[in-house]
Amino acid sequence: MGEFNVHRVRFFDYMPSAIRALAFQPQRERIAVARTDGTVEIFNRADCFFQEKVIPGRQQAATEALAWVGDRLFSAGLNGEIIEYDLDNNKTKYTIDAYGGPIWSITSNKQGTHLAVGCEDGTVKLFEVHEDRIQFERNLAKQKGRIISLSWHPSGSKIVAGMMDVIHIFDTETGQSVQRLLVDRGVGTSRSQECVVWSVVYLSDGTIISGDSAGKVKMWDSRTGTLIKSHQVTKWDVLTLSVSQDETSLAVGTSEGHVVQFQFLSMVLGQEDKEWVRTRTFKNHTHDVRAVLEVNTAIVSGGMDTQFVVRPLLDKIDERGQASALRNIQFPHRRLVSCARKAGLLLFQYPGHLELWRLGESEGNGMFGSVLTVKRKPEKLLHLKIKGEEHICCSAVSPCGGWIAYSTVASFRLYRLHCENNNVSIIKVSKLPKVLSSANQICFSSDSSHLFVASTCSSVHVAILNQSGCKFVCTLKPKSGSGQAINLLAASEDGKWLASANSDHEVQIYNLNKMKPHCTVPVHSSGVSAMAIHPTTNNLFMVHADQQLTEYSVEKKQYTDWSRQVQRHGLHSLWLERDTPVTNVTFNPKNPAHIVLHDMYMFCIIDQTLPLPDQRSQFYNQLTLRSMPEKERKKHSHAFKMCKIFKELLFVELMEDQSLVVVERPLMDITAQLPAPVRQKKFAT
Amino acid sequence: MAALYESYTLCALADTGPEGTRAIEPDRDRDRVVITESGRAVTVYKVSDQKPLGSWTVKQGQCITSPAVYNPPTKEYVVVTDEKVVRVWKDEDISIEKAFKATVSAEVYRLHSVPDREPLVLFRHGAVRFLDSLLAAPQQTIEEVLSEEEVIRWSAAVQMEQQLVLLFSTEQRGQHCLYVQRFSPNALVKHRLETDSTNSTPLSYAATYRDGNIHLLYLFSSGSVYESVLQARPTVPAVSGTVQALPRSLLLKLPVGEGELTAASALPVDESHIAVVGVPHPLAGAGKDYLCLWNTHFQTLQAARELAGKIYGQLWCFSGKLFVPHGKILSVIPFECQKSSLAAAMGKLKQTSGTNESSGPTLVPTWNALLHSNQTQTQENSRGAGTKKSKMSTRNQSSCPTAEQLAEKIKVGSEKEVQKQVEEFLHGSQPEELQLTAGRLASALVMRCQADPTFYPQAAFTQLVQTNYLCHSGCPDLLVLTLEKNDFRLCQLCLQLFQDIPEAVTCCCLKTILSFQDSELEQVDLEDGLLFMKALTQTAEVSDDGDSGQHNGFCPPVLEEEICDAPPDSEAPGTRPAREPLALDMSCPVGLHKGALLNEVLQVPYSDSLLLPHLKDLNVPQVLLFLQYLRFLYLKYSQDAHSRIPALRKPTVTQIMDWVCLLLDAHFTVLALTPEAKSLLTSLHKFVRSQVKLYSELGKIEGSLEALKKSKQSREIGQYSIEVIELF
Repeated sequence: MGEFNVHRVRFFDYMPSAIRALAFQPQRERIAVARTDGTVEIFNRADCFFQEKVIPGRQQAATEALAWVGDRLFSAGLNGEIIEYDLDNNKTKYTIDAYGGPIWSITSNKQGTHLAVGCEDGTVKLFEVHEDRIQFERNLAKQKGRIISLSWHPSGSKIVAGMMDVIHIFDTETGQSVQRLLVDRGVGTSRSQECVVWSVVYLSDGTIISGDSAGKVKMWDSRTGTLIKSHQVTKWDVLTLSVSQDETSLAVGTSEGHVVQFQFLSMVLGQEDKEWVRTRTFKNHTHDVRAVLEVNTAIVSGGMDTQFVVRPLLDKIDERGQASALRNIQFPHRRLVSCARKAGLLLFQYPGHLELWRLGESEGNGMFGSVLTVKRKPEKLLHLKIKGEEHICCSAVSPCGGWIAYSTVASFRLYRLHCENNNVSIIKVSKLPKVLSSANQICFSSDSSHLFVASTCSSVHVAILNQSGCKFVCTLKPKSGSGQAINLLAASEDGKWLASANSDHEVQIYNLNKMKPHCTVPVHSSGVSAMAIHPTTNNLFMVHADQQLTEYSVEKKQYTDWSRQVQRHGLHSLWLERDTPVTNVTFNPKNPAHIVLHDMYMFCIIDQTLPLPDQRSQFYNQLTLRSMPEKERKKHSHAFKMCKIFKELLFVELMEDQSLVVVERPLMDITAQLPAPVRQKKFAT
Repeated sequence: MAALYESYTLCALADTGPEGTRAIEPDRDRDRVVITESGRAVTVYKVSDQKPLGSWTVKQGQCITSPAVYNPPTKEYVVVTDEKVVRVWKDEDISIEKAFKATVSAEVYRLHSVPDREPLVLFRHGAVRFLDSLLAAPQQTIEEVLSEEEVIRWSAAVQMEQQLVLLFSTEQRGQHCLYVQRFSPNALVKHRLETDSTNSTPLSYAATYRDGNIHLLYLFSSGSVYESVLQARPTVPAVSGTVQALPRSLLLKLPVGEGELTAASALPVDESHIAVVGVPHPLAGAGKDYLCLWNTHFQTLQAARELAGKIYGQLWCFSGKLFVPHGKILSVIPFECQKSSLAAAMGKLKQTSGTNESSGPTLVPTWNALLHSNQTQTQENSRGAGTKKSKMSTRNQSSCPTAEQLAEKIKVGSEKEVQKQVEEFLHGSQPEELQLTAGRLASALVMRCQADPTFYPQAAFTQLVQTNYLCHSGCPDLLVLTLEKNDFRLCQLCLQLFQDIPEAVTCCCLKTILSFQDSELEQVDLEDGLLFMKALTQTAEVSDDGDSGQHNGFCPPVLEEEICDAPPDSEAPGTRPAREPLALDMSCPVGLHKGALLNEVLQVPYSDSLLLPHLKDLNVPQVLLFLQYLRFLYLKYSQDAHSRIPALRKPTVTQIMDWVCLLLDAHFTVLALTPEAKSLLTSLHKFVRSQVKLYSELGKIEGSLEALKKSKQSREIGQYSIEVIELF
């Protein structure tokens, strides 16, 4: 195939933020993740835990808890506000102040009628859930001390609140505290500290399970107000609890990074009397586990080490497959880097600023495996701080390197960039069309003449860029009238076609000459994680979250032969077993048969002229091919050329001069910047 | 090992005045004792219940002068009061006064009870009478045997198998003597007791009958315990006039600290243990009184018990219990003494039954056997008619002889028969059984071979050895037998598989192998050892050019620069120029078969110090041959020839070098004097020296090599780098 010069870039200091809360919506199988910087991400459990939506956070956000009410998502934080999210458009719908001081916990009842929030001032406030808003109903009896955690009884008649050193059970009708459970503090030094009941769960049989800062999981009988059993799970705090739907399994997250499972079993086989027994311990995290979810066949956990871990419970899974593998999601499932291919520039998107870098140059060529001397180092051309508190939602740089655009939920900005002889000047385009208020996705046309902005209800605004500025042309709306936000935009090389993919798994293709929708790609069960339009054949190449590859001919409005062949032949099991999605697809201008794509651990060049690999053939065969003589190679090579040299990839792109740009972010560098975990005594240390 | 158990009080003691006696005598059975107390009361106690069964006192003014004894034939108690009045009473009598009494004409020193006979009466002046004969005529004249100033200090009656002996010791002006009175015929022998050097007096005596002799144990106030042995019958008639000194041996020197013992007593409890009271505990020091049990064989203190109160220096031992009066009570302390042996002292008890080897090895049931034997049984049951093999195996199982039966058959059967049966047995038995029985069978076979020189079932031996369950200590003579019969195949197998061959046997094998001619060994089938040798010698022929030994530009130093006092190898001109002193190819000095066998010997485990003396048994030509062979091997190994040869077992370089060193050590002087050895040794020396030089040079550059290695491994990538990759 050939040699490639690879620019190995490691100066993108991407730093994810810690996970603070998780919430599961069983009907749609969605998991909502709240991070400490206010970002809310929605993962689709049915679709290989693909990150479907990202609602960007803001500065000084302090989300503490999440709650689903039907399809609606609410969060509450230490700024005392309850936020409802607009999941169609990936932004907050509204915020409402609870007037109770910092809010520690929010929970909805099973019937979906009310929301309860636990506040700093000791009140549990009940909000009625209406169609389009929530309304404050009343306070339950005010207590001394802050309400840390809440849980509704499945019948909705009682709420249990975990506070400092004490647990109260409230009757929701009367609002009074009917039962008071005293939690004893830990032994030894922790005797002087208050015991914080971090999490409570109210089971339908009246059992209350609480996890506190003394490291104990306690089972209480709410009727008599007595302690049934106390389990010392850890030396450190028990931070979070989650009980499964059928109330037979409990997941406990601790400050040590362990997730412990309790199951409601009978001690002697066959007997009727059951009790909660500690069964398994999972040690998948290095830092505090701040949120767990027991979602029947798996335990999902997240915490301060920023990883989102899905641990399948193998006794519930029958066959080995995607569902039975341990998943560890560390990187976002979307691009944070855009590249100006012609100009050799990289744009890094940080939450609060953008950085533009020019790649360096090397001299001479070298043998495989050699490191070339860097003639000119990469330089940072631009550090663009955004105004306002919101985080950047999306950003893009035009292929020629002359335009930079970014958007937050509240604003949209476009800049003109001039780079001449080491002078960089940037001019903000002030007069922007009014429709361009915010964007879910931004895309420049290949000749940098047009700007495509994905907006609400899957519509795309088209604007023309020229010397004077930006002029709005028209809005492209999909035929189906879907309300979901667009995740991906792809423009064709000749400027004729535009493809958009939204979180409803709909892929629309628009004809830019006529400014009308051209066709809709048949809906695939899995969402699109990366797509691009081929420069010469105008085939739309899509990679899905379940690792399937499809190629759709835009002009012919049907799948290409190659795509059908791939579907018939089936992809190699090693390809399908990969657990990180492909986040970028690009093509080789010099060789139309090549497709370059990458995921977190590999990048791959697919050669459409070569045969597809058999199930039994060696998939990762680069080393084997290297060791063979030239004549032999042709017989043994297949279409997928995998390279696993570079790890923890955020972005891979093929530049105009046939050199590859590889943006790596080693996980070690991320973990090195995390705060210290709890001190654990290990042998011989 | 000995142990003292919990003590209990038998009775309280009354104060004994100077004229009162206190003694304990055995009663009619093991559990009853007669205690004479304070010169006034006689009480019979049941020891286990600590209960007095009967008590008799004498009137005021009268005093018991000899402890009461029990008369077994008449079931009566006898006591002497006021030295001359003998009283006899029965159990039923309530008062002594009403019982029979008789006055004798001389003062009685003491009564002694004799098992199954009437008691002996010892008079103050040394005469002895039996009670019956005395009471028949109480007023009979009693002769005076001892001199005026002799005072009896101690007496005891010892019942030997047929004879009765009465011993008593006397003191006269500091001189102690021992009298031995034998009966039928009556004979009195006097012996002189030697005193200790430090003017100490004997404090206590004890006499026991053991192994046909009387052992007399006496404790001196200096703490020494002596033992004298008196024969049952004196061989030499007593020579009148001179009094023989009693030969004695020092048994134990008890540590007494400062001063001397005042009231102490030592009592033998069994043949190697003595109980001592009144001697201070070696650790506790003076001031506290202890009852100690000493082991006289090993001079160790086995057990000690502290006794509260004053020690009277009296100690009795009856039926496994020690009776000690101390303070105000009489304590009974049961004890137990195990047979004293070094094994017991070291922690391993001697096997009590060592003689019956005939009972075969017992199988310890294992889980495997319990679980899987059911399985195999059911499997075989379900197999039904099955194959011919299974039929045979079931048949064999039923007819399979046990190891015992086989061992018997080995003794008598013919060679063919025995081989067949051994084969059957091996085929049919379980591995766990085989572990135990293989050694047994092999020893049986070896014994038969030794007895009958024509009998040699080689196949049976080979099969037994190949089970891998034999070792040298299992059948010690097997290896030597193979050498005798010149069965080198079996010898090779044994050398390979036995892990515990003594060095003497190894050297024996070595000697035998070396002494055989190559031609004689040709017929032996040595399998892979031979393959290794063949491959090793073949490489010698292939790489024939002289530069094969020089790799990586290593240039051996020129001969002129070398400092050696021996002239260079005088080789035939034209074979090798003198420029190359390290002739690295060499032909094998021994035949291939011998070489294979020698390789086996090289791999036998040994320890240096034990091998060295046996190596000296080799004679000079053998040593030279072996050294040549070792040198050949070493040269081959330094060319790395051996690493290319796939063989299961080959000697390692360290083994070869160790053997060279050992050989040289063992035959140092011989080799130094033998002229033939000179060239061999100089060439070996040169080669080794060149190797040492190579390694030292390598060591010098070791640091830079390490740095090179490290630099290749770690590549700092840094924030940005441009690399070249190739995709195929």
